[in-house]
Amino acid sequence: MSGAEFIQISLAPLVIGVLSAIACALPGNFLILRRQALIGDAISHVVLPGIVVGFLVSGAVSTWPMMIGAAGAAIVAVVLIETVRRVGRIESGAAMGVVFTSMFAFGVLLLEQSDTSGVHLDVEHALYGNLESLIWLDGTGWAALLDPAALAGLPAELPRIAFVAAAIALLTLVFWRPLKLSTFDEGYARTVGLPTSLIGFTLVVVAAIAAVAAFDAVGSIIVIAMFICPPAAARLMTDRLERQVLWSVVFAALSAVSGYVLAGYGPLWLGGEHAISAAGMIAVTAGVIMALACLFGPHRKASGQRS
Amino acid sequence: MAQTDLPNIVLAANDGQPVRDAGLADSALAVREMTVSYGQKPAVFSVDASFGEGRLAAIVGPNGAGKSTLLKAALGIVPRLSGHATAFGIPVEHAADRIAYVPQRASVDWEFPTRVIDVVLMGLYRQLGLLGRVRTKHLDTARSCLARVGMEDFADRQIGQLSGGQQQRVFLARALAQDADLYLLDEPFAGVDAATEKAIIDVLKALRDEQRTVVCVHHDLTTVADYFDDVLLLNVRKIAEGPVAQVFTADNLQKTYGGRLATVHIDQLRLAAG
Repeated sequence: MSGAEFIQISLAPLVIGVLSAIACALPGNFLILRRQALIGDAISHVVLPGIVVGFLVSGAVSTWPMMIGAAGAAIVAVVLIETVRRVGRIESGAAMGVVFTSMFAFGVLLLEQSDTSGVHLDVEHALYGNLESLIWLDGTGWAALLDPAALAGLPAELPRIAFVAAAIALLTLVFWRPLKLSTFDEGYARTVGLPTSLIGFTLVVVAAIAAVAAFDAVGSIIVIAMFICPPAAARLMTDRLERQVLWSVVFAALSAVSGYVLAGYGPLWLGGEHAISAAGMIAVTAGVIMALACLFGPHRKASGQRS
Repeated sequence: MAQTDLPNIVLAANDGQPVRDAGLADSALAVREMTVSYGQKPAVFSVDASFGEGRLAAIVGPNGAGKSTLLKAALGIVPRLSGHATAFGIPVEHAADRIAYVPQRASVDWEFPTRVIDVVLMGLYRQLGLLGRVRTKHLDTARSCLARVGMEDFADRQIGQLSGGQQQRVFLARALAQDADLYLLDEPFAGVDAATEKAIIDVLKALRDEQRTVVCVHHDLTTVADYFDDVLLLNVRKIAEGPVAQVFTADNLQKTYGGRLATVHIDQLRLAAG
């Protein structure tokens, strides 16, 4: 593949894949430590009905109504999960399971009943995204990276996920101490004056924003995988949260790049003819990295066991 | 200061009486009509209690008596059904700079990826703020607090590598870093080794001797007389409070524990006459 072809066909999907992975992995670190890893799963499922409703209300496949619908659905889901947990008196994992499967199923029904079959809004799209289709036609060479006219032709998903990923990285840096403290010891955090409920709620909202922004480009499979796999693998590499978060960013980017390349070329190397789903391959790569970390990570021994 | 929260104080001041007559202002910690409920049954019911400044006090009672809950409700960690709490005469919420809380060791995940020194530095959060840099003086403070509990050699250990007693000492070191006037500890002696118990009680007595106030949720009746100046006997309701020498009586213990306390057991305690 020549440089020009790479830029036109692969650059945008690669960057979008990497940024989506990082945007999800950052809050994923804290969700896992708070034993709320499933919330990423829940959010990425419930955005489906939100996007369908956004489509039905606006009548067009336009970004903002669908994003607003998705964000609205995520908030509805978070409130419902809390309600089910308290009223039903069940643990939060079960509450999430009840809420997100019901809402996802409702989204599928809505999709089937509505007039959406003609557009590229379907269940497969929701699961796998459309990473391969995010090509940059104006990217005819490296010079295009400096050409404002050509840059304007970049897929709209790219600046959106770039903004979201940057915002999440900035929030993580600025609120590092309260986040770490309230994740480790919520009761104590409250006695030193931290608004722990607000911090917990904001974390979930930030995760929802990451899920919604990434969902559009890469589908829910990557979103679910990236909330959990890179942070979980990173935990096995180090005993310090600062380094764990850095490792999770490295693993997220590595999964996205190697998964995308493997999906594009792997089948050819093996004698097949067609490329396979990049989103599926990225998620698989993330799982493989997790497995390797389990086998070879330096801190895989439960640190509570003393040698 | 939200005076509306404190009708007792306002009344006392209006009457021209010394504020201490309200029974709140000269207490390091005071709770009034505190009721907490997790379900249908109250865990703590209408408890009035106060802890004097410069005293080492215990909250004692059977399992499920609401000891920890009372502490948490006073701190605002669990929601109160009714009642309020003051520290040094002002609402506890506004006294965060003067209060250090040591939660139960089992309340956190010790597999959390962090080091001993980082946990102690958490005690300096109010000094450091969001983005303040950790300077040498902060590290020195944290290290000297670790030294006070005999844990200076463990600063760089991952917290999951510690024994239960060592974990408890790290939690105490974090509270020491806050340099507070009121220390509230939830079961600091639960499941710790003898050396740790000695180290902790020595630190707590030293704090008391510096005119600071220490309140411990405590479950071991055999050490109450040795360790503490004052005791609050609690079983959902308050049974008795005051100096150990006056209220730690067989009669009060029987009221607190009901049939759960064997008479043989009582004979082994150094009880107050009464």
